Amino acid sequence: MLNKFKTLIGLALLLPVIATANVTEFKLDNGLKLIVKEDHRAPIVVSQVWYKVGSSYEYNGITGISHILEHMMFKGTKNLKPKEFSQIIAANGGRQNAFTGRDYTAYFQTMEKDRLEVSFRLEAERMRNLVLNEDELVKEKEVVAEERRLRTDDNPQSLLREAFNAAAFVNSPYHHPIIGWMSDIEHYTVEDLSQWYQKWYAPNNATVVVAGAVDPEAVYQLAKKYFGPLKPETIAIVKPQIEIEQRGKRTIEVKAPAELPYFMMGWKVPVVKTVGQEYAWEPYALEMLAGILDGSNSARFARELVRGEEIAASMGAGYGLFSRLADLFIVAGTPAKGKTIDALQQAVMAQLEKVKMELVSEQELNRIKTQVVANAVYERDSVFYQAMQIGMLETVGLDWRLSDAYVENVQAVTAEQVMAVAKKYLIDDGLTIAELIPMPLEAKQPAMPAGDHHAH
Amino acid sequence: MLTNIISIVTLLVFTTATYANPKIEHWLTENGVPVYFVAAPELPMVDIQIIFDAGGAQDAELSGQALLTNAILSEGAAGLDADQIAAGFDDLGARFGSSSQRDMAMLSLRSLTADSALEPALELFHKVLIKPDFPQASFDRLQKQVSLSLQAEKQSPSAIATRAFYSNLYGNHVYAGMPAGNEQSLQLITVDTLKIFYATHYVAEKATIVIVGALDKVKVKQIAQKLSANLAHGKPSIIAMVADLTAEKIVNITHPSSQTHIVMGQPAIKRGDKDYFALYVGNHILGGSGLVSRLSDELREKRGLTYSAYSYFRPMRQAGPYQLGLSTRNDQAQQALKVLRDTLVKFIEDGPSAEELIAAKQNITGGFALRVDSNSKIIGYLAMIGFYGLPLDYLDNFNEQVNAVTIEQINNAFSRRIHPDKMVTILVGGDAE
Repeated sequence: MLNKFKTLIGLALLLPVIATANVTEFKLDNGLKLIVKEDHRAPIVVSQVWYKVGSSYEYNGITGISHILEHMMFKGTKNLKPKEFSQIIAANGGRQNAFTGRDYTAYFQTMEKDRLEVSFRLEAERMRNLVLNEDELVKEKEVVAEERRLRTDDNPQSLLREAFNAAAFVNSPYHHPIIGWMSDIEHYTVEDLSQWYQKWYAPNNATVVVAGAVDPEAVYQLAKKYFGPLKPETIAIVKPQIEIEQRGKRTIEVKAPAELPYFMMGWKVPVVKTVGQEYAWEPYALEMLAGILDGSNSARFARELVRGEEIAASMGAGYGLFSRLADLFIVAGTPAKGKTIDALQQAVMAQLEKVKMELVSEQELNRIKTQVVANAVYERDSVFYQAMQIGMLETVGLDWRLSDAYVENVQAVTAEQVMAVAKKYLIDDGLTIAELIPMPLEAKQPAMPAGDHHAH
Repeated sequence: MLTNIISIVTLLVFTTATYANPKIEHWLTENGVPVYFVAAPELPMVDIQIIFDAGGAQDAELSGQALLTNAILSEGAAGLDADQIAAGFDDLGARFGSSSQRDMAMLSLRSLTADSALEPALELFHKVLIKPDFPQASFDRLQKQVSLSLQAEKQSPSAIATRAFYSNLYGNHVYAGMPAGNEQSLQLITVDTLKIFYATHYVAEKATIVIVGALDKVKVKQIAQKLSANLAHGKPSIIAMVADLTAEKIVNITHPSSQTHIVMGQPAIKRGDKDYFALYVGNHILGGSGLVSRLSDELREKRGLTYSAYSYFRPMRQAGPYQLGLSTRNDQAQQALKVLRDTLVKFIEDGPSAEELIAAKQNITGGFALRVDSNSKIIGYLAMIGFYGLPLDYLDNFNEQVNAVTIEQINNAFSRRIHPDKMVTILVGGDAE
């Protein structure tokens, strides 16, 4: 059986070449960028509006403001009552949502293909005509506080991740959480939000991505009709906020009620956006390194640490190469039953040492490359995901074509390059380690005074 | 694997929906395994699932054995070890998956359709399915990992609430346990237990095969024939009826969290229930439609009490739960619970308005195309239709069934089937500060 697989090493080269992207780009006079991706598999359309603003545009005191503004975008405009936006989309059979990241805020609708106009009309309206109401904001601050409790405060691993980022980044805005610190959430004013909205929500700071069974020219005409009349804004130049050089290992502990220990390690690394031309291959080599450690069930962490040594219950590696600012190469995990964090960390370091000392085999490299090629096919099963790739790249200031070039760029990575980035970046001076120290889970009082099994 | 390192904060839970009428082809293999196939020629890929009536509902007294059996299949087969199997799929760009819920246990394969990838992927998939080796060392490790996951549950208020909810809803019924089992049962399970479970439940009479992808019917027939040909024979299982709850029950569980998680509900309907569409459309209005639902309006929009309030039916082979829930700051738990109950009771008493029903129908039927707009979603429906024996034209008639629902039917179905005075309510959280 294994021999048989060996003969398939060259498989990556035999795989079908997927037709080119079928993407058309437009720009309106007011600066709004429109990117249309045709995909006629199903009679649906995804419409996404991406703004160049997110938590990495924020500063202390107003952290999380991009996120709560995203919530308030559903609360009414000059021509729409609160909730009316959602009701109109619902009545048209649409699904909608929004998300805020470090580098972007995006709004989307998925609908049958002939309803795109509904989406454009409403999104154009809230791009410039939002009404921020004091009473609505008071309630929404409570909602966001509940969201924070749910996602972060009551989740020990999330708490650790938040503290980890805050320790790893000193002056880079990746220091603070997307949802914001609780004390900042409690103190937003209408004025804060109004300024933030005025500053960033404008056609010349937005990219509209449409994917699905549509005609690009018709989409362009619709965009001109609805977004065309909107006035552009003078968009502030974002300060670079380049992270200071780290000079030595940082270690932190977080104590929280928990059952299981957990730790994260992160090294400062470049990303596509920040790397110099000469080292343009480095992010792809780091991506390959993440794949070798944790790309799949046959990757080294699963094979050596979870199965082989049985020292990890779970162990992951992660790197995102398309962020706006320099980022981290992260490994994180939980020791197996009866094993300690220290032992697991040592085992992880031994794995990293191995990558630095021994070239990755051709077979291992090709395994990842084959998966990357296959994934490029599988990803096309989701129109939403395809639109998301385009919007994210454009919004961090990269070219959407990079998503097509991704496969080629990963294919070009060599074993020597993987070793080189491991040696160059996985060094103690750029390392931050965060450890979750589980505290007892005993609660103070029952949720209701009557105790267990109370019936009435 | 490490997901969510870079988290995206979403406003709602992602809900995507469907498209018009994939053509379902259906036949039986030579040894009687039903096959459901939808041709999707656009992308050079195929999804294959073989589903067994072998989920946690078949656990009997050894809760967790179904899940462990499902998990151990890819740990060693036909002399290959776990590393070789994992690398085998990875080298081909194929994705193998396994999962076990209460009703269904499943093995899945996603592959490119080029013969050079698909043929060896199928061969390996077949070995995992037919010739598992049940390695003792893998069993020992999996047992420890499940034990650790049971421990992890104890630090999650929502996981604690879910376990308590099922336990109190179902009492002595097989649906009462969680698929992961419990610490006591886990220690009683051995490799031999799993071998017996596999021999009893991974059989032709309990199997369903579903396939979506860029293959023709001749090829799919060959695949299904090969996958099913070596399955052993056995007996289909019967799951006992679920007893109705007879009294209200409130369970408080202390946890050092800043929020209290509330889960409330009752056993409700099984797949194919005649009230399904009335209840589904009614619940869409009450708590199934995100921000525009009544629960979200009362709890989030009007009062800012929670990030998310929801309700849904989960129909299963026997009566699955009707579940309502939210999470809120500890000192608001009683207030939020009251609003949740009042909103439910009012809905049962007064029913939806004509406008609400029209809006719900517009939303559900107008978005039908979104339900079947990808191979992944289509195969989800195939699995449901095949496993639960729903009519082949289920998707074709979906909009018609929704449009036929009247206010009277919703009122009637909710008042007959939903009983707030006999529900289980679980609260997991800390005291008010």
